[in-house]
Amino acid sequence: MDNNSVVIKVCSGTGSISAGGAEVLHAFRELVLSSDLEASFQDRCRADKVGCRGFCARDVLVDVVIDGEKTTYERVKSDMVPRIFEEHILGGSPVQEWTADELHQSFQDNQKKVVLAHCGEIDPEDLDAYLNVKGYEAARNAFNDMQPVEIIEKIKRSKLRGRGGAGFSTGHKWEFAYKVDEKEKYVVCNGNESDPGAFADRCIMEGDPHAVIEGMMICARAIGAGKGYIYIRDGYSLAVKRLRLALKQCHERGFLGKNIFESGQDLDIRLYPAPGAFICGEATALVQSIEGKRAMPTPRLTRTSENGIRGKPTVINNAETLANVPKILRNGASWFAGLGTDTSGGTKVFSLTGKVKSNGLVEVPMGATLRDVVYKVGGGIDQDRAFKGIQLGGPTGGCVPESCLDSRVDYESLAVAGTIMGSGGMVVLDETNCIVDTAKFFLDITQAESCGKCTPCRIGMRRMYEILERITSGNGRDGDVELLEDLGSHIRTTSLCGFGMTAPNPVLSTVRFFRDEYNIHIRDRKCPALVCKSLLTFSCIEETCTGCGMCKRVCPADAIRGTRKKPHFIDQELCVKCGSCFDSCKFGAILKE
Amino acid sequence: MGSSKVTLNIDGKEVIAEKNSTILDAARKLEITIPSLCHNPDLVPFGGCRLCLVEVAGTSRPVASCAALVQEGMRVKSSTNYLERLRRTNVELLLSDHPNDCMLCERAGNCKLQELAYYYGIRENRFEGIRREYPEQDNNPFIRREMEKCIMCGQCVRICDEIQGVGAIDFAYKGLWTKVSPPFEKDLDCEFCGQCVAVCPTGALTGRMWASKGRQKFREVETVCPYCGCGCNITLAVKKNEIARVYSKKDTVNQGMLCVKGRFAYDFVHSQDRLTRPLIRINPAKDLYLHQENPYADSSSSAGFKPDPAQFREASWEEALDYTALRLKEIKDRHGPDVIGGLASARCTNEDNYLFQKFMRMAVGTNNVDHCARY
Amino acid sequence: MTNSYEEIKDNDVLLVIGSNTTETHPIIGLEMKKAVRRGAKLIVIDPRKIELVKWSHDHLQLKPGTDVALLNCIMNVIIQENLADKAYIDERTQGFPALARSMERYTPEYGEEVTGVSRENIISTARLYARASRAGIYYTMGVTQHTHGTDNVFAIANLALMTGNLGRRSTGVNPLRGQNNVQGCTDMGCVPPFFPGYQSVASPEVKARFERLWRTTLSSSPGLTATEMIDAAAGGNFRALYIKGENPVVSDPDMQHTVRALQSLDFLVVQDIFMTETALMADVVLPAACFAEKEGTFTNSERRVQRVRKAVDPPGEAREDSWIIARLSSSMGYDISYDRIEDVFREAGKAWPALGGMDYHRLEHKGLQWPCPTRDHPGTPYLFKGAFPKRIPAFTPVDYRPSEELPDSEYPMILNTGRELFNYHTGTMTRRNKAVNLVSPGGYVEIHPADAREIDIENGRMVRVSSRRGSIKVQVRISSRPLQGTVFIPFHFIEAAANMLTNTAVDPIAGIPELKVCAVKLESMETTGVLKSRRSHD
Repeated sequence: MDNNSVVIKVCSGTGSISAGGAEVLHAFRELVLSSDLEASFQDRCRADKVGCRGFCARDVLVDVVIDGEKTTYERVKSDMVPRIFEEHILGGSPVQEWTADELHQSFQDNQKKVVLAHCGEIDPEDLDAYLNVKGYEAARNAFNDMQPVEIIEKIKRSKLRGRGGAGFSTGHKWEFAYKVDEKEKYVVCNGNESDPGAFADRCIMEGDPHAVIEGMMICARAIGAGKGYIYIRDGYSLAVKRLRLALKQCHERGFLGKNIFESGQDLDIRLYPAPGAFICGEATALVQSIEGKRAMPTPRLTRTSENGIRGKPTVINNAETLANVPKILRNGASWFAGLGTDTSGGTKVFSLTGKVKSNGLVEVPMGATLRDVVYKVGGGIDQDRAFKGIQLGGPTGGCVPESCLDSRVDYESLAVAGTIMGSGGMVVLDETNCIVDTAKFFLDITQAESCGKCTPCRIGMRRMYEILERITSGNGRDGDVELLEDLGSHIRTTSLCGFGMTAPNPVLSTVRFFRDEYNIHIRDRKCPALVCKSLLTFSCIEETCTGCGMCKRVCPADAIRGTRKKPHFIDQELCVKCGSCFDSCKFGAILKE
Repeated sequence: MGSSKVTLNIDGKEVIAEKNSTILDAARKLEITIPSLCHNPDLVPFGGCRLCLVEVAGTSRPVASCAALVQEGMRVKSSTNYLERLRRTNVELLLSDHPNDCMLCERAGNCKLQELAYYYGIRENRFEGIRREYPEQDNNPFIRREMEKCIMCGQCVRICDEIQGVGAIDFAYKGLWTKVSPPFEKDLDCEFCGQCVAVCPTGALTGRMWASKGRQKFREVETVCPYCGCGCNITLAVKKNEIARVYSKKDTVNQGMLCVKGRFAYDFVHSQDRLTRPLIRINPAKDLYLHQENPYADSSSSAGFKPDPAQFREASWEEALDYTALRLKEIKDRHGPDVIGGLASARCTNEDNYLFQKFMRMAVGTNNVDHCARY
Repeated sequence: MTNSYEEIKDNDVLLVIGSNTTETHPIIGLEMKKAVRRGAKLIVIDPRKIELVKWSHDHLQLKPGTDVALLNCIMNVIIQENLADKAYIDERTQGFPALARSMERYTPEYGEEVTGVSRENIISTARLYARASRAGIYYTMGVTQHTHGTDNVFAIANLALMTGNLGRRSTGVNPLRGQNNVQGCTDMGCVPPFFPGYQSVASPEVKARFERLWRTTLSSSPGLTATEMIDAAAGGNFRALYIKGENPVVSDPDMQHTVRALQSLDFLVVQDIFMTETALMADVVLPAACFAEKEGTFTNSERRVQRVRKAVDPPGEAREDSWIIARLSSSMGYDISYDRIEDVFREAGKAWPALGGMDYHRLEHKGLQWPCPTRDHPGTPYLFKGAFPKRIPAFTPVDYRPSEELPDSEYPMILNTGRELFNYHTGTMTRRNKAVNLVSPGGYVEIHPADAREIDIENGRMVRVSSRRGSIKVQVRISSRPLQGTVFIPFHFIEAAANMLTNTAVDPIAGIPELKVCAVKLESMETTGVLKSRRSHD
């Protein structure tokens, strides 16, 4: 960053834009260009839109970088812009009351940004901004100075593994495709990101689209592909827009198209906006979808990397994986491998949500502990309540309890703990979350997202969901927990694809770690977390009730009786368990149990 | 690549199989029965029903034998308590979403799901829950589609696409509600070849014309289709004196495939319009034909012409044949045989036609015999 | 067919000429699709954009009736580019130099002008076919129902011979038979010039042999073809017809002509399963058994003789055709009696050695393909393996002749007729099927959108279609299937009978009428037709 400059970086991710980021950027730009400023100032001051830096809860985030020194503002609205501009940018003294707090600092400082490094730093819509940070040098280098085997070796040595969930070695995958003697090969970026709670790929594609394209180019060079597809869910409209723009820029500069970098190799990459079915996380389903068919997994007689689109070798990597590739080529395999563990190099991006103080997109080295992520990056549990568990890896992941907090986040350790890396979703649960209800929540998603092809997943998942439904509604039966276990492991064992093999995870892991809570639901017809409505009772504590009548007024079912200034009484027959009385009582006289 | 054959071991028996064949193929060579609902050797492996699971030494999960290639030295177990439990559970799951309609179902007694339920003795089902119900019916005239009986084996979808090349149906929706459907749930509007009906393992797809004509104890008569020159082999399923349904077997010149006519168009055999008595004309035909207009322009179709008692009377065979012989002899005697001709039929048997030309050439004494090979 | 169904999937090039295979021979159509899936190139030569075009590598949409010109031009390219199979020609054929000379004027440019198929397509088709290693030609009535139908077939044979595509697996000249037993009916001698097995009635030795076999004396005067009989009857020179299982009123060209002819007869016997339009005119109607009510054999397009078996009893007093014929013969004083129907088949085997090795037992499963001369012969999947029988085949050069009735200012359009998928022939069987009637309720005329605009008619309207022979009212189906300037009417529907319009001109050799080309005009009518069909075809 050149000295003597003022750069205003306005976050322009999807979250920020919905919080008014575009207006904030516009306001800054207007002020920079306003006529009563000196031309020399205008020359060295600019306002950039940058990618998401992960802390979307506090959008709009604005960095003001004066002579290399950065100040971060959070929750900026456009009407705050004139004061920041006046006092900080022109006046030199930051507006303290709006700058980021310690929690924000620890959120950022405890991360290790590799794949997200450009997000929040450069303008994702500007190819030159990417070139300024040595963009496309790795690709140029790969095409001009490296043999495919060298690239593959380097990727293998970096210990990069697929970030899509299964964690297959990227280098080996490329090698399979490379070894097939076939003219027509494909490289596919899977930007479908099925998990509704994950947004890592989206942020990377929005915030650093050229890194994804560069990764694909390097892969194409390594395996000899002439065609690439970015398979992206259509709902990611900003990512679609930015990738489309990025591809256009690449074609204009000759980075894509015929004879790229004078290597003799052609490469055409196309955007494939897809309806975005959950199942497209499964490579074979994605291939079907690209071929124009319904996305349904097919039996893997052979590997997709050898027999994919139209029967041709096809490497499918997810966006995060691909965005890592240029960094590996630029900084070296051992650097990347050194970031992580013995078996898995680099970092991993998680979508940290749920009951933590700071939630957002976080990048930590492979091998960091869950505790680090929750307590250091996330700042601990919201309202300092008791930690209960983390659902890891999205709706097909598993839920691990406190005893696993010191587990390290890498593929093997998570498997031992009973979950998966999956989509990188991390939902933190606290004591107010019912574990059965949480499992039901995830199964509600997965039973509906089953492609319907194979029996265990199509019907079995629905049946599991229905068992959970009856447990949470107070109709659980003896043996239901065992039935869930049996059916869950049956689905895991007999399903056709990775989706079915993992979909029972939320139930299997919670039954394993929180079996008592299930039993209490079934045996005692109680929900310890006070979440399952059908299992709750509301009653009036006679001693505490002042007879103010507030509860009676708000009760929608006329279930509360009592005369003024006398203790009231709730008719259990009529109570619909809406909780209005509980919420409205100023004296804590309603008992919820 | 070496040899194109591999040797593997299934249930302790060695078998030599083609390199690109599946474990299921190899097992069938050994005449080992592995249950399956979605497998069809003519179609691309589907791997959906999960009944053909087998254990392969060295792999942690059971594999679907219909969709796993054989490998040299592979050791396979086709049936263990563990596998049978998995299979049974899958059948249970299927039954938990299947109407209990065997009493009335067209396919009772000839239903693969029913057979598996019987085999695994599933009366009580551990799983219960919502079932698909589709009150809306497809109104196409040929194929009855009861999609709540569909077990999603995908054979209909695949045969329509991979063999017939029509693609009239595909999967729609997700999860339990996944359904085989024509586009936008419209009524089926296709070639109605019924290939889908032929492969359906359950009562989801049946011929409308089969309804209530009987389900079991058919007398099967192997014969040849009465329509075009393909000469497809068909099986007439006969109950009493009625053709109840028509299908074609796998080991035939047409490999079990038929077209709409060959599979569904047999109403004519038992039509009320069939001629049943010889007829002799008693009054001259109406002279319909002395103008340029089509005399039949107002008939909705030729189907429905019946002998007009004002023009014909019924006669015994003896009378009709004697009368015919008399008239033919008369004409032959007066004008010679070459003013008489015969038109044979490309729809009659070789034997009929052999006799016909022999009759014309010998009894009438003319070579004026032809047929519509030209039209 | 010279070859078999089972070989189709292994073709590397398929030339389908004048055959709407997927609708008229659906199961053979499946084999063609299979071939395409396996990488074969399919060329469709047809004036209509039939369904098979979807599967084709190229569609040569020629003007109706210009087949000879197109085929000759293809051969011209093959000769010019030295793509002919010289070794095969030298070894197995004769008359090539004369053929080559006669092809000289058929340049691709000439072809483009006459047929409307572009020069490039002619050249590329020639190269594709000639370079193929297993090329099969498949054709149907689109080739034969012309006044130059025989020439068309000669041209096809020339093409196959010069490229060596005859006498090997997955090659050949393959006419697809239109009806279940056209092949057998012809084999059995239901054609005027031949006794069973294509043995000439004009040959004294053959006649003598049949006289011995049948213990009778036979006529050697050549008989009349069906069309000739009808013509003779219309001219008052014919007295009686015995029609068994045919409905010429609907199936023959120029319905008025047919009806006048049948009315002129002194005596008409019709033997059928239904009261057909032809039976309505008969003096005697004899009720017959249908295919499911009798024993016997059918011979399909690949020369496969297969067993037909009795499943049900005939209704009422209806009887097997064989029973009726035998009884009638006895009444005429000629004894034709058999203990079992198989005896008839065995006699046919004696009359024609190609069936000599067959009996019902051997036909039990899947039948046998003739020739099958001995009891241990396995049947013949494809003909001319290794050598041609009897004599070396000669190329027969043919020249292009235009069709008989071409469009003019009064009748500006060409009418093409044929079948559709759901109905069969004159509809006596299929139109008694409720379901078929729902999907294919009646006649229609397919017309190109541009022509429809020209005469200002809308889809579903009724039009009057007229030729020099008559006129019909028929519903319009606007479709991109027909070539501009041509219309198509299926002949199944009596109420809109295509054969009210067609021409009786015939091929001079085969006597086949020109059902595929005649001149018509279309006039829109005031009355609105109800759009009956719920199907769309594009």
